Amino acid sequence: MNDTIELNIEEKEHVMIDKTPSVKTHQPDRAQPSEETFSACIQVKDYHFYYGDNRVLFDVNFEMPERQVTAIIGPSGCGKSTLLRNINRMNELIDGVHHQGDILIKGQSVYDPTLEVTEIRKRIGMVFQKSNPFPKSIYENIIYSLRMAGEKRKSVLDEAVETSLKAAALWEEVKDRLEESALSLSGGQMQRLCIARAIANQPEILLMDEPCSALDPIATAKIEELIYELKKDFTIVIVTHNMQQAARISDWTAFFYLGKLIEFNNTKKIFVNPDQKQTEDYVTGRFG
Amino acid sequence: MANQIKSSISFNKNARAVGEPFVWFSGMGLALGVGMILFLLGLIFIKGTDVFWPKSVALIEFKDTAASYGGKKIAGIITKTQQKIGRVILETQASQDSTDHMEWQLFIGNKDVYGYNFKFFDVDDMAKVTYPKDIVNIERLEYGNAIAFPVMLKFDNGETITSDQSFFRKRLNETVRTVEQRWKEIKVIEKKQIGAINLKLSHLSLKAKALANQSGVNEKALSVIQDQKRVLEEQYQTLAANARALRELQKKGHFIYKLASGETHEIVIGNLIGFHYPNQMSWFQKFGLFCQHIWEFLSQDPREANTEGGVFPAIFGTFVMTVLMSLAVTPFGVLAAIYLREYAKQGLLVRSVRIAVNNLAGVPSIVFGVFGLGFFVYFVGGTIDRLFFKEALPTPTFGTGGILWAALTLALLTVPVVIVATEEAIASVPRGMREGSFACGASKWQTIQHIVLPAAAPGILTGLILAMARGASEVAPLMLVGVVKLAPNLPLDGIFPFFHLERKFMHLGFHIYDLGFQSPDSEAAKPMVFATTLLLIALVVLLNLGAIFIRERIRKKYATGAF
Repeated sequence: MNDTIELNIEEKEHVMIDKTPSVKTHQPDRAQPSEETFSACIQVKDYHFYYGDNRVLFDVNFEMPERQVTAIIGPSGCGKSTLLRNINRMNELIDGVHHQGDILIKGQSVYDPTLEVTEIRKRIGMVFQKSNPFPKSIYENIIYSLRMAGEKRKSVLDEAVETSLKAAALWEEVKDRLEESALSLSGGQMQRLCIARAIANQPEILLMDEPCSALDPIATAKIEELIYELKKDFTIVIVTHNMQQAARISDWTAFFYLGKLIEFNNTKKIFVNPDQKQTEDYVTGRFG
Repeated sequence: MANQIKSSISFNKNARAVGEPFVWFSGMGLALGVGMILFLLGLIFIKGTDVFWPKSVALIEFKDTAASYGGKKIAGIITKTQQKIGRVILETQASQDSTDHMEWQLFIGNKDVYGYNFKFFDVDDMAKVTYPKDIVNIERLEYGNAIAFPVMLKFDNGETITSDQSFFRKRLNETVRTVEQRWKEIKVIEKKQIGAINLKLSHLSLKAKALANQSGVNEKALSVIQDQKRVLEEQYQTLAANARALRELQKKGHFIYKLASGETHEIVIGNLIGFHYPNQMSWFQKFGLFCQHIWEFLSQDPREANTEGGVFPAIFGTFVMTVLMSLAVTPFGVLAAIYLREYAKQGLLVRSVRIAVNNLAGVPSIVFGVFGLGFFVYFVGGTIDRLFFKEALPTPTFGTGGILWAALTLALLTVPVVIVATEEAIASVPRGMREGSFACGASKWQTIQHIVLPAAAPGILTGLILAMARGASEVAPLMLVGVVKLAPNLPLDGIFPFFHLERKFMHLGFHIYDLGFQSPDSEAAKPMVFATTLLLIALVVLLNLGAIFIRERIRKKYATGAF
């Protein structure tokens, strides 16, 4: 592993991160996300979540800002994926779940009874840990959400395909074989295809559940580059096991432990000077 | 250090893997099963195709001392040779020689003369066996084949050609072709044209009856109907006259032949279907005739109480019924499986339904036949008759067995297979794919329609293949709901409305049963039984191959690796 984090709690220096020389990544000077540029997109209010009788999320309260990357980190089983999947109500596919509290997107509750859940999901794109392209052509995969929304005009569909694939940095590689099966792509390409599919309908929010955990380092780097570009247009929430990844790409980080939100702050603060001891123990690797 | 490690691990070189001999047992089991199937198929194939191969005709002269045939001659095809069984062997014979006494079964034809087709003869009584070149095997419309020596062709215009003339054979061939052509024309006139007119006439009669049942007598409408009827009657008379004239032509000529025993017989040329000189034919000619016989078997209608002719109506009926059954069972079964697996809350009720469906697969098929009779034929059919075909009553239209009710009954029989296969296929669609679809904003039905069903299609088709194979081979329920020994017409023909779903039909499976057990001449029917069995197997294999082909195409398109 060539990635190392020089971390010294007493030093308040900017963290230098080594990268494998063969992979080039953007690492410009990021403007520090300040309170003024924080406009809340997703708000989680007093949120408790149960699988049957088993409570897995305890009184979660935080806000995720618009057009920035929020990382949710924590050890296995702490409820990160559960929270992510609740934002677009995917957990309702499981029997016997219920919640207390609310999740609001731009002030509107996702649990509004007058709102059809499919409408919510159309405005939110999701990328899963294991890439799941449909056994259809690449073209059909991308336009799936548009088709489900009823879009039939070929011009609109073609444009959406090109835009999404370009945004996902996949256009050059597949533009000549859009009619081929999506299953003929490599692992990294498939995940980028899933990202393209998730953004095809131009949602406002992009949820990513450990998108790189099944990929090799080169594909991972490509996707991290992508996320950096995408955050100009989308609000991104990413769940990751990989702390270094969170440190690299996110603006804000939430640290969860055993279903409770321990700390939520700027990524830099979390990794350099966290407020909570538990956070410090986790990011320094004292427990994993 | 290294020396210490070297001797610490010891592998037992004499041990053998446990259970190795079971590889041989399982291999043997498979070989036994495959061997039995091949043997069965081979037996049916050989005995089934044997009936079509043209065979030589022997002319046998009996010794003067022979019991009943002393000094006489008889001609026939040798069909069986065996030792004399159950016959009393005279003591003198037994002490004189130690040779086996054989007897031959001959197909002697000429049922109109002898009354039977097959007979056993003692070899000891035979003096001489020859294979004359000029003996002919004649296929006839009535009384089956005739085996005889041709004498002459006599036409009503006075023309006579004797068999020793060089162009006799050519002339006979031409006559047979002409007769065949005329029979085809007669069939077109009688079945199609007169049939259409009869149908229209019966519709008009029903309309008149409906009008007559109304309260006020509608004179004008009745007279319109009478006029239409008159026009149709005139057409009928013209056509009937044409047919009659053609039938007369078929009688204007006679074929005279001589049996081996010396008697002369004559038949009208209309009775001739075909002929061949079996002892003169080369292997290629025999092969040509073999193929021709097979073609006739597949394409012609049956004659002589199903012991002669072809089985085309049975093939057609089986095929149409299987297709109708598949069309009925697929949507029904697939939708039921979708509800059970996707929409229903998985609890006690759903589990009981699933158990009930599985048990339905074990119900004896005749029970389905009885259910079909009671529900489809009497209840539904009777109601349809009362509502739509009132005028025809008491003659039932849909209130009696027919191809529609048979197809629906068999669809019920095979629906458990389709439901189980579809459920398995749907359950094996990976969860990730469904989640991806929901995350894209699709509703539950959209996910089922666009993602789940296409991915499950190969499994569904497997279920359909099993259903078709089961349905095409069930005979017992069909006997109650619409299969007959001889159907006057096909369920699909050129007369509007083209699909006659209320008609009774013929079925290959029932045909086999009928030939084997209900036929007046079991020896003559035996070869037909094998041939029809072979045909039924071939038809089911063909249907299955078609479905397998479609399944492979779909599998390549939607390669998920699950099915």
